[in-house]
Amino acid sequence: MTLLEFARGPALQWSVTVFIVGALWRLLGVFLLRSRKDLSEPRNRAAWKGLRLIALRSWPRREFLGGTAFGEVMGYAFHLGFLLTLFFYVPHVLFFADVSRGLIGTDLQGLTGFAWPTLPNGVITLLAGISIAALVAVLVHRIVNPIKRLISNFDDYFSWFVTIAPLLTGLVAFAHFAGWPYERLLAWHLLSVELLLVWFPFGKLMHAFTIFAARGATGLIFERRGASL
Amino acid sequence: MPSMTVGDVLRSRGVTRRDFLSFCAATTATLGLPAALAPRVAAALERATRPSVIWLPFQECTGCTESITRAHGATLESLIFEAVSLDYQHTLQAAAGDAAERVRAQAMKDHWGRYLLIVDGAIPTGNPGYSTIAGHDNLSMLKEAAGGAAAIVALGSCAAFGGLPGAQPNPTGAVSVADVINDKPIVNVPGCPPIPVVISAVLAQYVTFGTLPELDALGRPKVFYGQTIHDRCYRRPFYERGQFADSFDDEGARRGWCLYKLGCRGPTTYNACATVKWNNGTSFPIEAGHGCIGCSEPRFWDQGGFYRPLSTGDWGNARTVGTAIGVGTALGVASAALARKRQRDAEGS
Repeated sequence: MTLLEFARGPALQWSVTVFIVGALWRLLGVFLLRSRKDLSEPRNRAAWKGLRLIALRSWPRREFLGGTAFGEVMGYAFHLGFLLTLFFYVPHVLFFADVSRGLIGTDLQGLTGFAWPTLPNGVITLLAGISIAALVAVLVHRIVNPIKRLISNFDDYFSWFVTIAPLLTGLVAFAHFAGWPYERLLAWHLLSVELLLVWFPFGKLMHAFTIFAARGATGLIFERRGASL
Repeated sequence: MPSMTVGDVLRSRGVTRRDFLSFCAATTATLGLPAALAPRVAAALERATRPSVIWLPFQECTGCTESITRAHGATLESLIFEAVSLDYQHTLQAAAGDAAERVRAQAMKDHWGRYLLIVDGAIPTGNPGYSTIAGHDNLSMLKEAAGGAAAIVALGSCAAFGGLPGAQPNPTGAVSVADVINDKPIVNVPGCPPIPVVISAVLAQYVTFGTLPELDALGRPKVFYGQTIHDRCYRRPFYERGQFADSFDDEGARRGWCLYKLGCRGPTTYNACATVKWNNGTSFPIEAGHGCIGCSEPRFWDQGGFYRPLSTGDWGNARTVGTAIGVGTALGVASAALARKRQRDAEGS
C-alpha cells in the first residue's frame, strides 16, 4: 500500500470516524446539559432579542477597535480564506460530492443535480496565500504579545498547526513544489486534513460548531438580565 | 545470426544508410542524449554484435507484443528487431511445442550469461497449472531462463507490477518478475501496453552501449518515466485555469478542457505518453478525449473506479459511519447524564 493509498483509504476512514464520534460526544455533552434555574426577576421579558448578540459579536465594538482591530482583520482573513478554499476549489468540491457515493452508494449530486459553483484556481491560490499569511501573523502576534503568550497553551499552538498544515500542503501540492512527486504531496495534504479531523473535536477548533450557539445563549442571559449588548 | 553485426543485418535487409542514420538520430533523441552523440551511436550500433534475446510471454493478453509489432514502416520500433536476435517468442515464432522449446534451450545454452530476457505477463504462483507453455509452468520457466540472463526487461504492467492478473482478488497468485527474481538487473517497462518507442529505446541502449538505463524507485527508466502525464499534458493550462470537462460530451470536452473531473490520473502517473505519444506520434488517450487510467503505475486496476476524480477518497461504508454516529451519540448522552447527576448532587448537598 502506497502512502497515497493509505491516505485515501484507511486514514480517511479512521479520521472521519474519530471526527464523528468526538464531535457528537462533545456537542451532545454540552447541549444536553441542564441550565441552572434563574430565580431572579427578568429585566426583559423578550429575552429572544438577545440572539442579536450572535451578529453583534461578529463585528468589533468601536470603543475597543484600537486593541482588537489586528485580531479581527487577521481572523476574518484566515477564516474566509480557509473556508473559501475549502468549499470552492474544484478538487475539494469533487471530494465532497463523492461522499454520498462512498457512504450510501448513490451519487446524490448526479441524482439531484445539486451542485455549487467553484472559483478559478488563481483566486483559490491567492485566498490560500492570504490565509497562510494571516495565520503566520496571528502566531507571531501571539508569541510577541506577553499577555497572549501567557494565556496560550498547547491547544492553541497545535490547533494553529493543524489549521495551517492543510493550507500549506495543499498549496505545495497544487504548485507541484520543487518537482516533488505529486502523489506524495497529495498524500501529505490528505494526511494533514486527516490530522485536522482527528484533533478537531478535542481542541479549540470545536468552536466552529459551538461559537454561534454559545453567543446566542450568552445573549439570552444578558437580555434577560437587562445587560447592554 | 547473433554473430553478425547490426550493420551487416540492416544492410542485408535493404535498410539504406540514410534510414539507418535517421534511426540512430531518433534513438539518440529518445534516450535523452545530446544530438552530437548520434554519429557515435551509429558507429557503435553498426559494429555491435546482435545480442540474443529470449522473450517469455506468461499471464498476458499479447497487448505488449501487439504494441511493439504493430508499428508501420521503418520505424524505431521495427528497426530495433533487426538489431537483436530474437531467439524465442512463442507468440511470434512459427515453431511450437517441443520444437520451440528446443530452440529456447539451445539459445540459452549458446549465450548463457549473455542473453537479454524479456518477460511480459505476470507469473502465477498458485496452482502451477494456471499457465503453462509446452507443459512447463511459468514460475519454473522464468527461474530457469533468468539463471543465464545478463539482464531482464519486465515488459508491461503485468510483468513489472502484477498488473491485471494480480488485481484483487488475484485468483492465481500473480506476481511481478521482481517478486520472483532478485539476483539480476531488472528494468521495468510498465504500461498497458508500454509505448513501443520506450520498449525499443531500452533495447537500443542495451544493444548500443551494453548498459541499462538509469532507473527510478520502481525500476523504470527515468528518461521515460521521470515526469507525470499531467506535467507534460497539453491540457495542463486548462487545469491551471480551473477549466474542466464535466462529462465526455459537454462543451468543456468539445473545447478540450482538462479531464481531471472525469477521473484522469495524469497527475499521479509517470509515463511518456504525452510527449512520445502513440501510433507514430499521432496522439495519446487524453488527446483522444479520455482521461489517463494510470496504467503504468502499480495496482492501477485497484485504485477505485477509472471515472472517480483523483481528489476523492475511499470513505468506507454506511455501516462504519452509522456505528460512529451511534457511539458518538451514546458517549454524548452518557457524559451529559453524568454531568446532570453531578449538578443534582451539588444542588442537593
